[in-house]
Amino acid sequence: MKEIVAQLEEKARSLRIAIVKTLHKSQSGHTGGSLSAIDMITVLYFHAMRHDPANPQWEGRDRFVLSKGHAAPAQYVALAEAGYFPREDLMMLRRLGGHLQGHPDSKGTPGVEVCTGSLGQGLSMANGMAMGLRLDGRENRVYTLLGDGELQEGQVWEAAMAAAHYRLDKLCALVDFNGLQIDGEVARVMNVSPIAEKFRAFGWHALEIDGHDIGAIIDALDAARKVAGQPTVIVARTVKGKGVPFFENKASYHGVPPSDQELPLALESLGDNAR
Amino acid sequence: MSGMVATRDAYGETLAELGAENENIVVLDADLSGSTKTALFAKKFPERFFNMGIAEANMVGTAAGLAAVGKVPFVSTFAIFATGRAWEQVRQSVAYPKANVKIVATHGGVTVGEDGGSHQSVEDIAIMRAIPNMTVIVPADGPETRAAIRAVATMRGPVYVRLGRNKVPTLFADDLPFVVGKGCELSAGDDLTFVTTGMMTAQAVKASEILAAEGISARVVHMATVKPLDQEILIKAARETKLVITAEEHSIVGGLGGAVAECLSECCPVQVIRLGVRDRFGISGKAEELLKYFSLMPEDLADAARGALAKR
Repeated sequence: MKEIVAQLEEKARSLRIAIVKTLHKSQSGHTGGSLSAIDMITVLYFHAMRHDPANPQWEGRDRFVLSKGHAAPAQYVALAEAGYFPREDLMMLRRLGGHLQGHPDSKGTPGVEVCTGSLGQGLSMANGMAMGLRLDGRENRVYTLLGDGELQEGQVWEAAMAAAHYRLDKLCALVDFNGLQIDGEVARVMNVSPIAEKFRAFGWHALEIDGHDIGAIIDALDAARKVAGQPTVIVARTVKGKGVPFFENKASYHGVPPSDQELPLALESLGDNAR
Repeated sequence: MSGMVATRDAYGETLAELGAENENIVVLDADLSGSTKTALFAKKFPERFFNMGIAEANMVGTAAGLAAVGKVPFVSTFAIFATGRAWEQVRQSVAYPKANVKIVATHGGVTVGEDGGSHQSVEDIAIMRAIPNMTVIVPADGPETRAAIRAVATMRGPVYVRLGRNKVPTLFADDLPFVVGKGCELSAGDDLTFVTTGMMTAQAVKASEILAAEGISARVVHMATVKPLDQEILIKAARETKLVITAEEHSIVGGLGGAVAECLSECCPVQVIRLGVRDRFGISGKAEELLKYFSLMPEDLADAARGALAKR
């Protein structure tokens, strides 16, 4: 287990480097929320989920919906690392002629299951997937990652109600609780706390973890797999911009890419020896 | 070819038949299954029917998720909620990814009647038509509804089908094939053309009979598919009759009249008169009273034709 955690930590570090380089190249995109979510995305793609990058449509695959679609760079670097498409494609993020849209688009990007980007819609789609897979008698799990600011959307709570009502126990939602949204602190813009208690009141099994503790993420996903009769939410406390000290906990880096001056400093703080 | 059938009844019965033919069909409703008639499907296939409660946004998103794992979801509620309340979910979760979701809404237009303006959808055709990848269909009667529902169940991609609340006259024969994107000529004529959709086609047929008695020959073109619009039949009618009058149980802004005006102004400029709800909300009353109130009776259509022809 220790070895697995160490490997995944190293993988997450390399994916942080890829996020920073990708966003620097595109000069457009969401840095803070990609870096806060990447540890969870790393564990999902390189440990927890059954999937086959050589066969993105494999029926036995688990599903992942990035409901906070603006963290697309985090999903894209994971998909490229897993082998869904060449790493060079990352350099075309948000550019005309590339397939990596500003927010995930299932029409063009292998490994992306649905279109997200307009906040609040991913959990509903994940519910639908879990309902459809269950109708077919399949055991596939469905994961979705939401932002904490995103929880302000009413549709999330319609979906939370429905997931519990239909007892979608193959569904696991993760909340990237970094505490910041574009206009500032979530607690000040429109407080969503207490998050776990809200989900519990809606009928969910709720876990609270440190979203940068790889071992804790693995344990929580394992625990979710054992829950029967209700969906699970993992409320993961995170740091926006995690890994690059001058990005950390700054709402101002929500949608701002690293500048030319910031790039070498950011890569240095991530221990990028290859730059 | 006679009798009166509500398109929502034809829908419910057809959906229940399709459920037996295609086990991938699933149905979602938002607490209106008795009114939309999806309750017939729910009774036969309870495991494939999902009542989503009064939460249309989540219902549409859930349908997109079901489509993403290979199901063929039919989503039903009243037109005002399916298209209005959930518009952005239809755009983002359904149309943008080209999800194979069929939105079949009932209670379109002012013939909803007594419930009044809050429930009378007069913008749905316009706002669904504006979304890329979306097909928009408004059947005229029971048999055409049956055929259209069967057609959309087998075509891939997002569709909006608008149905009505009340019984409407039957115009079409049973088992007529429905071709998405094709209009049809219900009555020949050379002096003008009525281009209509939904239940207004029956009104246009009656108007053409009134005019025929006066020696005015009115063509009736039924546009069951408002998008993609059958430009061929429309341009031919414009070229041959030089006057086009559209009629719909919908706002004159952006619906069938808008689509026809857009097409003809570019491809065959002739006079286009748009009959419908004149940029205002609906109002409570009986359906028949409201059709009179909004000048959508056969005599109103005939008047519009007489007036335009008199000015020539």
